[in-house]
Amino acid sequence: MARMATTRRVAISTVAAWLFGFLIFFPILWMVLASFKTELEAFAIPPSFLFFHWTTENYATVQERSDYFHHALNSIIIAGGSTVIALLIAIPAAWSMAFSPTKRTKDILLWMLSTKMMPPVGVLVPIYLIYKSFGLLDSRTGLVFILCLGNLPIVIWMLFTYFKEIPRDILEAARMDGATIGRELVYVLTPMAIPGLASTMLLNLILAWNEAFWTLNLSTSYAAPLTTFIASYSSPEGLFWAKLSAASTLAIAPILVLGWFSQKQLVRGLTFGAVK
Amino acid sequence: MKHVLGAVCGASCLLLAIPAMAETTLTIATVNNGDMIRMQGLTSEFTKKNPDITVKWVTLEENVLRQRVTTDIATKGGQFDVLTIGTYEVPIWAKKGWLVPLANLGADYDVADLLPKIKDAVSVDGKLYAAPFYGESSMVMYRTDLFDKAGLKMPEKPTWEFVIDAAKKLTDKSAGVYGICLRGKAGWGENMAFLSAMANSYGARWFDEKWEPQFNTPEWKTTLTTYVNLMKEAGPPGASSNGFNENLALFNAGKCAMWIDATVAASFVTNPKDSKVADKVGFALAPNTGLGKNANWLWAWNLAIPAGSKKTEAAEKFIAWATSKDYTKLVASKDGWANVPPGTRTSLYQNEDYLKVAPFAKLTLASIDAADPNKPTVKPVPYVGVQYAAIPEFQGIGTQVGQQFSAALAGSTTVDAALTAAQSSTEREMKRAGYIK
Repeated sequence: MARMATTRRVAISTVAAWLFGFLIFFPILWMVLASFKTELEAFAIPPSFLFFHWTTENYATVQERSDYFHHALNSIIIAGGSTVIALLIAIPAAWSMAFSPTKRTKDILLWMLSTKMMPPVGVLVPIYLIYKSFGLLDSRTGLVFILCLGNLPIVIWMLFTYFKEIPRDILEAARMDGATIGRELVYVLTPMAIPGLASTMLLNLILAWNEAFWTLNLSTSYAAPLTTFIASYSSPEGLFWAKLSAASTLAIAPILVLGWFSQKQLVRGLTFGAVK
Repeated sequence: MKHVLGAVCGASCLLLAIPAMAETTLTIATVNNGDMIRMQGLTSEFTKKNPDITVKWVTLEENVLRQRVTTDIATKGGQFDVLTIGTYEVPIWAKKGWLVPLANLGADYDVADLLPKIKDAVSVDGKLYAAPFYGESSMVMYRTDLFDKAGLKMPEKPTWEFVIDAAKKLTDKSAGVYGICLRGKAGWGENMAFLSAMANSYGARWFDEKWEPQFNTPEWKTTLTTYVNLMKEAGPPGASSNGFNENLALFNAGKCAMWIDATVAASFVTNPKDSKVADKVGFALAPNTGLGKNANWLWAWNLAIPAGSKKTEAAEKFIAWATSKDYTKLVASKDGWANVPPGTRTSLYQNEDYLKVAPFAKLTLASIDAADPNKPTVKPVPYVGVQYAAIPEFQGIGTQVGQQFSAALAGSTTVDAALTAAQSSTEREMKRAGYIK
């Protein structure tokens, strides 16, 4: 009897979980479906779910009109570059704050987070002028730099919390055995922090991939990533929902695939330290 | 040896210099509208004629583009060589010295052929600061089959009284057909474009001669009350979030008996590829109340050169090409006359081939002629612009007022409260900007 009740409970929670997952995923699914519809079917009332005339015409039009691969390459370089640089700066910073805190550490952490409290549009004009003077407008370097700066506080905060979870005794034991700081970082700390590092990296990559304010405002054509590619299909006067969906599907596809393959690390990292 | 070296150096410098001189890359910022995308597709025709010029396109959504381009132009960033801007921006930006006057469009450009109302809208002190690419007004689009069935006949110049009456008669909520679809989504270019034009026909105005906001006048009260009541009785549900696209989708799906909106919509609703009612659409002028002004606006998308561009000569060449009569012919030869950019040149409306395929041409021209940006209202006003006032503060003010009116439509506030709030917010902004004390 007890087993039956448990089985039923498991079944109910499984169904509930699937339903909830489906609900969260539905907008993305709808977008993918719309990308295979004709413009007329894309806004049909009532909407058709699966039984419509499937077409790949929108993808052909999108590829013909704009160079997807150029934008995708820019996205990879900008998101990847800013993530790598942010991690290179954040790992030592978080390490020092987690393992040798001073009385100012908390203030520094809060101060770093405070830079995220102002809406970015507030500093658009000064940044634009600086970029203009340094010739960084519409350059990949410029975008890598600004996204790296924008995400750095979050990266440091995340890594700091992960590092805090690592027992100091282990590090002390390593030191007793004569490990240098470098060896301690590489052989002791890194393996233990890998789930945290992986999830921080992934989260930062996703944030940088989707960042649409700076990438739209500081690029024109050469350095324009996928966000500008999507924006070029949105229109207040004219129905281009199917084409917009096709462009959006193409834009999120790489990061979606990456997220799919690394979901184990992502979940492990995000729940790391949640249960002691 | 020295000479040889010198010669080699000189020759290589020359070689390096040639491509630098020959290649001019134009960066063109544009919006994602059908006509602009077509122009983008035809770029190779321009570069074939001008092999020394290459063209790069930046296509963005209208509001994103406006912000992007304003930042660049205000900081003299020089990222763009040709801009797509509306009639609202042209006079403001020209007065600020942000635009280069277009004086060298070429001998065969034929400036006199531009529609006078549109030409006025893009000129300041008699100088052309932008070249119109396509122009639009607004008009009534209606379902001829539903009108016939109800025994109604749309006059060519309908009054609001007729439109309201017809809308109520044609509403069949059980069949999902609504008498009239109008914009309700908040925004200076969304619901306020329609409502300002409607208010003009009721004798209202945004500001009096001394820049005092006029929302406390009976004309505005009549306008907003009529609009809200009409939409409640004969409009589709959730109208307060409908803009151009939503109404286009509704009309194309056969849900609206009438729709008052941009004349460019005419080619969408009559295209069988996009519309279920393509062969059942009639057109009429925007309604009036007999005061001498119709409820229609005037807008054009134009090409202009920002003051920061260093390639003005090539940019002007491109603008002359894209807004010429030859460009119209080029589009006609590739995609047919129905797809040429409308509303900018008189000659297009005398072209038999065009008139044959565009049943809406006559009404488009009549609507454009009926709007006067320099004298938009029944009573005199200090501003230029039919559905907007061409002052920099208008975008903010218009959107704030639009939010109030959208809320009145949604029923979350009353007409009186919305008008009072609109009056006080506009007064505050106008005081802050120094127009009134």
